[in-house]
Amino acid sequence: MAPVLRLEDVHTDIGQYQILHGVSLDVPEGGVHVILGRNGAGKTTTLRTIMGLWKARRGAILFRGENISRLPTPDIAQRGIAFVPENMGIFGGLTVEENMRLATKDGRFDAERLARIHDIFPAIGQFWNKPAHALSGGQKQMLAVSRAIVERRELILIDEPTKGLAPSIIRNMIAAFREIAEETTILLVEQNFHFAKALGQTVAVIDDGGIVHRGAMAELATDVTLQSRFLSLSLEAH
Amino acid sequence: MTDTNASFPARVTAGFDRFGGVLWLPVLLAIVALLLIGQPSTWATLTIAGLAMGMMIFLMASGLSLIFGLMDVLNFGHSAFVTAGAFIGATVLAWLGFWVTGSNPALNVMGLLIAITVATVFGALAGWFFERVVIRPVYQDHLRQILITVGALIVAEELVLLVWGGAPIPVPRPAALTGSFVLGGVSVEIYRIFAFLLGLAVYIAMYLVLNRTRLGLLIRAGVENREMVEALGFRIDRLFILVFMAGSALAAMGGAMWAGYQGLITAAIGSEMMILVFIVVIIGGLGSIQGSLLGAILVGLMANYVAFLMPKMALASNMLLMMTILLWRPYGLLPAVKR
Ligand SMILES: Nc1ncnc2c1ncn2[C@@H]1O[C@H](COP(=O)(O)OP(=O)(O)OP(=O)(O)O)[C@@H](O)[C@H]1O
Ligand SMILES: [Mg+2]
Repeated sequence: MAPVLRLEDVHTDIGQYQILHGVSLDVPEGGVHVILGRNGAGKTTTLRTIMGLWKARRGAILFRGENISRLPTPDIAQRGIAFVPENMGIFGGLTVEENMRLATKDGRFDAERLARIHDIFPAIGQFWNKPAHALSGGQKQMLAVSRAIVERRELILIDEPTKGLAPSIIRNMIAAFREIAEETTILLVEQNFHFAKALGQTVAVIDDGGIVHRGAMAELATDVTLQSRFLSLSLEAH
Repeated sequence: MTDTNASFPARVTAGFDRFGGVLWLPVLLAIVALLLIGQPSTWATLTIAGLAMGMMIFLMASGLSLIFGLMDVLNFGHSAFVTAGAFIGATVLAWLGFWVTGSNPALNVMGLLIAITVATVFGALAGWFFERVVIRPVYQDHLRQILITVGALIVAEELVLLVWGGAPIPVPRPAALTGSFVLGGVSVEIYRIFAFLLGLAVYIAMYLVLNRTRLGLLIRAGVENREMVEALGFRIDRLFILVFMAGSALAAMGGAMWAGYQGLITAAIGSEMMILVFIVVIIGGLGSIQGSLLGAILVGLMANYVAFLMPKMALASNMLLMMTILLWRPYGLLPAVKR
């Protein structure tokens, strides 16, 4: 099947620094696909470039065959791509409900989806009318993910959702992501290999602004040599 | 909040916030002023003057605060809209002649409303032009924003001098709004009541738009995190232009009201108000309408009380107010962004 998203030789500069030097990547349709890499490798930059928040200097970003690399961010979002940034991007002064409502196209909720979200993340319902700045870190992360799925998306980009979360919450997240991945495609940036391994179908390892390994997650998960080659860099192999 | 391990100041602050917190500051200021002034009737007159002035400053400040908060633009040209509003309001009032000066109160008030409306509409259109030509090329570059908006301000003031000349211009005040009535031994100027009510109406309208509409939701979200609003699929540049036009329109409205209050205006009318307007925006919290209202009332009251008690200290007192508040709350009294 044709990939949902294809990056072809993407180069991104931030200011005067060249951060990505030719990232090429295929994200197949459906399921969870993971980008691993140590701190500063370029994971966040890759997601922000896809979202149009940094502009690629060179290369193409094909979303269902259309090059979106020159589009403004809102147009990219309107194609059905949702973004859960590293800092979660929660509007603290808005209520949980308002945060969610902003992510709908016309301000109306689909009751059935909302009920399912409340099932997956009970905290969302519980704090529905509370200001979002009052949520805990884990609850904010749940809100950030809920916001991305309040309507069906074609592709969800998620940047390190497990950062700072307790193991029990991480287990919930794994279950939640499995459910979400049944209807959409997730491109997940992670440093937590345990989490990545539990979810990912394919994996790409990025280092120093370029992809250094690409393959099936099952292969990397079982091959200790591969792991030590690509993950020893700094990944905590929980 | 019942955490016994919390430090004493933290507990005091928590208790303070629970009972309305900073919203009591104007009341506190008024009580202190009453003790210092002594005569209740003088105090009442000054309080009403302070509230009216506060509401007019609120008109000028609220738009600037939203422009700061949403667009991250330092617009030192904001006072040009105040000045333009003042001169256009004064000119329209003069054109309307007997409407304004005649003895029919309905026509008087209509005349004033027409003048304010023309000034406000002009502010909106000029704001549209200003955003397109002056601001748009310098988004995300504070230094150039300061330089170019200060430059634009100078040009605008020169234009006012060119059209209206350098001599002070008298502003006809509608007959029905001139003078005062006595209430419980306190003389109340009618124009002040009008100014207060108009400011209040604008505040309520802004509050409703910001809190009850989708546009308002987008603006509040944009003040917190522009990038995320775009990542959710909304064109933030369309919000920018709307907010800039609204802010400029409000500044012009405030200018027209202030002109009627002053009775005599010069091309410096906007710049003279700007220090107070910036103080209001800073102590209220950038991007916060509630903060702007609270700050404006504090500044208006302070200016009037101190002008009576120690005339030489009028401006310095508001500077001191700002410094004290910033030491206590670095993000202002009611910051829009919750950390
Ligand atoms: N705004 C910026 N200005 C300059 N350099 C930046 C900026 N943002 C990121 N970089 C640099 O780009 C490189 C890649 O950063 P990026 O945030 O993509 O890494 P990452 O893989 O997401 O790391 P982490 O795991 O720490 O989140 C780093 O060397 C970083 O220092
Ligand atoms: Mg990162």
